[in-house]
Amino acid sequence: MASLRDIKQRKSSIQSTQQITKAMKLVSTVKLQKARTRAEQANPYFNYMYQTVTSMLARSGSLEHPYLKPGNSAKKAVVVISSNRGLAGGYNSNIVKLLTGSEIPKEDVKVYAIGRKAMDGLERKGYEITADHSDVMDGPTYGDAIAICNEILDAYSKGEIGEIYLAYTHFKNTVSHVPTLMKLLPVEFDEEEISSADISIPMNYEPNEEEALDRIIPKYITSLFYGALVEAVASENGARMQAMDSATSNAEEIIGDLTLKYNRARQSNITQELTEIIAGAEAIS
Amino acid sequence: MADGNNLFQLEIITPDRVFYQGEAFMVEFTAEDGDIGVYKNHIPLTTVIAPGILNIKEAQGEKQAALHAGFAQILPEKVTILAEVAEWPDEIDKNRAEEAKKRAEERLQSHAAGIDVARAEAALKKALIRLNIGK
Repeated sequence: MASLRDIKQRKSSIQSTQQITKAMKLVSTVKLQKARTRAEQANPYFNYMYQTVTSMLARSGSLEHPYLKPGNSAKKAVVVISSNRGLAGGYNSNIVKLLTGSEIPKEDVKVYAIGRKAMDGLERKGYEITADHSDVMDGPTYGDAIAICNEILDAYSKGEIGEIYLAYTHFKNTVSHVPTLMKLLPVEFDEEEISSADISIPMNYEPNEEEALDRIIPKYITSLFYGALVEAVASENGARMQAMDSATSNAEEIIGDLTLKYNRARQSNITQELTEIIAGAEAIS
Repeated sequence: MADGNNLFQLEIITPDRVFYQGEAFMVEFTAEDGDIGVYKNHIPLTTVIAPGILNIKEAQGEKQAALHAGFAQILPEKVTILAEVAEWPDEIDKNRAEEAKKRAEERLQSHAAGIDVARAEAALKKALIRLNIGK
């Protein structure tokens, strides 16, 4: 059996770990609240954007536009949103797994990384990292989304990439976060939703239909980007909060165990000492 | 002029909030092809917004704001503006706009190679709008 001192040391070390995990849990709870409000505030913008773009496409279904058909290149850009810090349970590895488990062949993928953790993971697995925008994750703004979006659309119009995907963690609610891989370009819409869109009112476009699409689709993609960024931040903090919560309760359990062991060891020490004293006393008399 | 019959729904939405929601009888802003003023029963129109000043005329008065990018969907009874950036006058940091103006002007005047003239001009325009409206 371990000595009294060993048990005591182990217990105090676990206690200090528990303090850290507890503090981290509190911090991510606060951050989660903030991130969730931001994600919710971004929602109406995105919804309107989606409605407008679907109704535009519904009206001009047969339009030939580079954003609506795949590019010539076999390369696929994947924007991978993860976090810069670990200790968030499976949050980052789930994103990596999402990509490695997808049907897109590894050789065709160009990774645009936002968040260091998944970038490192993908690099180790041999993926090509084209760009790293990890500092964005510290506080994503709409300006950041515009900058990244422009960079990728530029590569798309130059023909360096043929398709654009987005891998991020969808924030369903506080306890449920779903890693999601979605296709951004060429734009794909639900046929059903397009046919059910309200096209009773004829719509005019300024400058003209094609140019309007040219301007509005990048904005649509930017809004998707921004939505994904703020949701990812919320998911990250949610995942970390859960991970830290279970770490804290694990520590609690181990401490309970150790306390029991410690008390037993102490008691058996005392018993042993007593028997030794009594035996000694008996031997003398 | 502004009785209940000629009011229409106006919504202005930015990525981080619902910027304005209410009833107006006229809204003015700058589109790619020039300034546009919208009353009720305008023909349906989707147009791309250029940096400019947004003017909302409500039943109770007038409101101004800076509007930098986005697009507007105009329907007879309702106007929806999806703005990437929109600011009320009291939200504008005048010092920052002043600095941005100087920077852009310097860049335009230096004529050095590798300067994105279009970008500098756009920056200058935005700064001027901010200063104009922030007065």
